[in-house]
Amino acid sequence: MKRQIPLIISFVCGIFMLIQFFIPHPGFISVYRGILNWARIIGVFALIIGIGTLVRLHFRRITRRSPGWFYSVVVFAGLIVTASAGIIGGTRGKLFVWIFQNINIPLDATMFSLLAFFMASAAYRAFRARTLDATLLLIAAVIVMFGRVPIGDFLWQAVAPQSWVDKVPFLPEQVAEWVMSGPNMAARRGIMIGAALGAISTSLKIILGIERSHFASSSQ
Amino acid sequence: MNRKILAIIILFFIPILPIISTAETANLRGIDTPNDNGGSIILEWEVDTEFPRIKSYRIFRSEVTIGDMKPIGNAEPGVNRYIDNKVTRGKGYYYIIQTIYNDGVVANSPMIGPVVPKAQWFDKSLLPTAGGVLIISGILIFFIYHAKSGKKLTIRRIPGLEAIDEAIGRATEMGKSILYVSGIGGIRSMATIASMNILSRISRMAAEYETPLLVPCSDPVVMNIEREIIRNAHMDAGRPDTYRQENVFFITEEQFAYAAAVDGMIIREKPAAIFYMGAFMAESLILAEVGNVSGTIQVAGTDSITQLPFFIASCDYTLMGEELYAASAYLSKDPLLLGSLKGQDIGKLIVIACIIIGVILQLLGYQWFTNLFR
Repeated sequence: MKRQIPLIISFVCGIFMLIQFFIPHPGFISVYRGILNWARIIGVFALIIGIGTLVRLHFRRITRRSPGWFYSVVVFAGLIVTASAGIIGGTRGKLFVWIFQNINIPLDATMFSLLAFFMASAAYRAFRARTLDATLLLIAAVIVMFGRVPIGDFLWQAVAPQSWVDKVPFLPEQVAEWVMSGPNMAARRGIMIGAALGAISTSLKIILGIERSHFASSSQ
Repeated sequence: MNRKILAIIILFFIPILPIISTAETANLRGIDTPNDNGGSIILEWEVDTEFPRIKSYRIFRSEVTIGDMKPIGNAEPGVNRYIDNKVTRGKGYYYIIQTIYNDGVVANSPMIGPVVPKAQWFDKSLLPTAGGVLIISGILIFFIYHAKSGKKLTIRRIPGLEAIDEAIGRATEMGKSILYVSGIGGIRSMATIASMNILSRISRMAAEYETPLLVPCSDPVVMNIEREIIRNAHMDAGRPDTYRQENVFFITEEQFAYAAAVDGMIIREKPAAIFYMGAFMAESLILAEVGNVSGTIQVAGTDSITQLPFFIASCDYTLMGEELYAASAYLSKDPLLLGSLKGQDIGKLIVIACIIIGVILQLLGYQWFTNLFR
């Protein structure tokens, strides 16, 4: 029974969600909305469990004086102050909004800005022209980079013969656009079609109870 | 001036004497919106050829044939369609359209009705999608059960999946932990579900080798399910005692805060192997680059197309799109699961055939085939 009940629930819910997509009748829509509400309610309770694990983890670090335990104190301070500001003053309260605008947003922006440096280091590794593939990647990247910055067109117009510039004044931009909308888009769509088929296949395997790796075989 | 007075008189009498019919707004017709839940009615009329003279249209509605006509909306000149979204399913409605001219003259259309909005049991506009789902599902189910016959299926080598054994072995030899990151997608993301299937295989291997597996989560629902998966894997491996619940923990739902926390773990814990499997966004490179700098063996898998180049640049192996979904079957070697891979390949062949047929028909000027996929 421990194995059968989850399989039956998966099957019934999976088939229902598949069918309801094609049925606009209000009866089906209301059941669908009900299921979404259940998911939200489960999510809220799961969040409580999640915060519990976070608290336990950092509490243990503090009590054991693990390396970097002070950061766990910061986690607790942030959790308590932000949660208190939200609960007491509401999510539009002055303190809560201040914390969000002056701590959350700058910290997020800081992490996001790191991406520029990581991109540079990743690009340096990826574009080393050691193989044919890497060379093609490098050429494509240079073309797209030139096409996406104003200096690309500026250089083209300054260096190329005037008759060529008259014919195609924005060649770097046009070539970059062709790379993005032609070969790049074709590859992206190929991957997307494969992924969509994979997603359908995985869904079917779970609905039919063939994919059971998330169950323990000892309980089968 | 006289026209304005006339307009005011007509407007005044509309609620009680609605039908002052002219031929100005011709062929007004009302239809129940097809393929909906019975929540709207579509009104269509022929645009007056003199529409530059028209200032606007006013739409009036009543639930009875005589009187009580109430304005419900306006339409711009040149527009020949209005959707009434404020109707109750199963109730009859009567409509007239009033044309207001620039010089103030107004003219009413003949009243139409009753138009009754009804809910449909099948969205016919999704018929091609339903057909596609049935065909692809049928093929998959056929090959899944065909695999039961015991016929050996050959599948291509996927280096990224073969590297999983190597990565776990390396972590075991080094006596270090394995870090498993299932992305920032919630439980509704298919990539997250595929990631869980891979996690169950990896956690079983890790349990067999007694290698610690750390799983930081960004979604509390995902965390609870992953705990259950890892606990079951330890039971399967016959080592329930080595299961550490605290190794699967929630960090935050905030994307960059999550990335910062995982980066910190990579720097402090120095895991021997890192797996990134699931749905990722801009944090992918922040995670993978830090892992790369720390010298860890990294295997990534995602269907997030925009993040694939970052993983390819920073990780040792990357599973692209469908390979993520094929991983569970590939790792388990279960004939039933492998059968689904064969079905997927046939599905791809059908898609390729459709693309070729579509291109040829489009070039020949036939658009009905491509319209099926719109």
